Amino acid sequence: MDNVFVYVEIEGTQVQEVSQELLTKGRKLANELGVALHAVVAGTDIRGKVEDQILPYGVDKLFVFDGKGLFPYTSAPHTDILVNLFKEEKPQICLMGATVIGRDLGPRVSSSLTSGLTADCTQLEIGSYEDKKAGKTYENLLYQIRPAFGGNIVATIVNPDHRPQMATVRSGVMQKAVYEGTCAKEVVYPEVSKYVSPEAFVVKVLDHHVEKAKHNLKGAPIVIAGGYGMGSKENFDMLFDLAKVLHGEVGGSRAAVDAGWLDHDRQIGQTGVTVHPKVYIACGISGQIQHIAGMQDSGIIISVNNDPDAPINKIADYVIIGTVEEVVPKLIKYYKQNTK
Amino acid sequence: MSLKIVVLAKQVPDTRNVGKDAMTPEGTVNRAALPAIFNPEDLNALEQALRLKEQHPGSTVGILTMGPPRAGEIIRQGLYRGADTGWLLTDRLFAGADTLATSYALATAIKKIGNVDLVIGGRQAIDGDTAQVGPQVAQKLGLNQVTYAENIVKVENGKATIRRVIDGGAETVEAPLPVVVTVNGSAAPCRPCNAKLVMKYKYATCPLERPANPSEEAGPDRSELYATRPYLTLTQWSVADVDGDPEQCGLAGSPTKVKAVQNIAFQAKESKTLTASDADVEALIKELLNDKIIG
Repeated sequence: MDNVFVYVEIEGTQVQEVSQELLTKGRKLANELGVALHAVVAGTDIRGKVEDQILPYGVDKLFVFDGKGLFPYTSAPHTDILVNLFKEEKPQICLMGATVIGRDLGPRVSSSLTSGLTADCTQLEIGSYEDKKAGKTYENLLYQIRPAFGGNIVATIVNPDHRPQMATVRSGVMQKAVYEGTCAKEVVYPEVSKYVSPEAFVVKVLDHHVEKAKHNLKGAPIVIAGGYGMGSKENFDMLFDLAKVLHGEVGGSRAAVDAGWLDHDRQIGQTGVTVHPKVYIACGISGQIQHIAGMQDSGIIISVNNDPDAPINKIADYVIIGTVEEVVPKLIKYYKQNTK
Repeated sequence: MSLKIVVLAKQVPDTRNVGKDAMTPEGTVNRAALPAIFNPEDLNALEQALRLKEQHPGSTVGILTMGPPRAGEIIRQGLYRGADTGWLLTDRLFAGADTLATSYALATAIKKIGNVDLVIGGRQAIDGDTAQVGPQVAQKLGLNQVTYAENIVKVENGKATIRRVIDGGAETVEAPLPVVVTVNGSAAPCRPCNAKLVMKYKYATCPLERPANPSEEAGPDRSELYATRPYLTLTQWSVADVDGDPEQCGLAGSPTKVKAVQNIAFQAKESKTLTASDADVEALIKELLNDKIIG
């Protein structure tokens, strides 16, 4: 009872990184609350293939549901597993990725259990909450902190009376780390049919197709990002040249994606990828809040902008006032000259 | 086979184009400064519904929305594009709802509508970006759900074949009716308003939208028009009309509570400002190389 649960997402037998990030966060929360970290994974023919990708992140107990029809994911069987497991285990917190799967499963589970769910959290903390109307104070609640209203405000959400307190978090927002402390690392293999009703398998996946990511924007140490100020597709393509010489990856703001200069999966920001590179070079990016939310934790931020008052300049370490047409080729030129 | 389709649609403040006056000096949202629009992905959902209606003669499409009386505009926008009918859930008891209480309200209305084959909504609304209401409505009705749909390829023999977006790929699934589908923004855009339908429905209103005392300022008296053209009176439902439990609606029915809301303020850094001159750019590159920040 009262433990922290993480729903672990898989593709085949590959555990998704976002789940490992959440296990790391879940371990910290469990330590703070003095409870155990539990993980649950469901798939087909996964026994013996996924445990080593999950346990190192500080898991005390792992529930592996291995059975036909559990991969590819469909809503009903995975919902049955979580709902019935949670009825037995009564966790206080459940975390899952704010992925297509997590955002399909989370609401269904929360509705079944009449518990609150907060989507796309950017921070999770433990704290108290005073309900002034009821004159009641709650200790050790999960603060679910998320941007709202298109990223213009940040709201702290709590679920005072309902359990589990559920939250989804986007990939890349938390950072994964193998747990250095000791934990129980127990693994159990419950009987799937005791948790999932046969009627749950009515939705059939006729075709399931996943491509390997074409880039590693999330993990890149150097990110070159372009915004609407790049002006044209041709100008934007200069950033790929710069990324090539610097061995970085290219991303962009939503405005650049909307303009068609960049693939959607390279969008950086609250509704895109969150990055933590050593160096972030923002070219022609004004710095809307929703973009900054996805890159503010970068090590060194360099802004190239002809507008000295661009909001992004406030959080930049270096601001180069100039047009991208002028500055980007110079960055390439002087990097090449000085690294020969 | 004719289909009875309900489209879930929400009137939202346009958070995508937030101007300077959108936030008050106290850091709260100035809703009045943001135009109210048809939630973008709900328009994608409407298009999927209208396509099914064309493929299956005799089908009907109704718009279900919850909000203040002015949200009747969402139903009109649906009628202008080819929807047949609409329902506005409006009641102070619905106010302050989180996603769970919203889903409860919508599910009770869908039960009242009855015999629905497909419930289609946008994946998420741009004011909350939660994507929770679709799956929660499905759960409350005990129906299957297909989220992130890009195309409802076909409906035949009581089954819908749906192509959907997944992380890094795509999937095609087959789900028996009735089913709840949420539609992704990458789906086909919605058709524009049809001029004839705009003419037909421009005075269509919910009773609560109509002026209690018609005047030049409050609006003209159209009671005669409404008496002769019943299709101009849109259905509006209160909690009691849908046999809802007030305890599960609005703020009372919401497990999540907002503890605090903050305006976003980023910590300003001490930054070095450079010009675009060759000397400045080269000096920066050298500094970064020397510090092994790049290399």
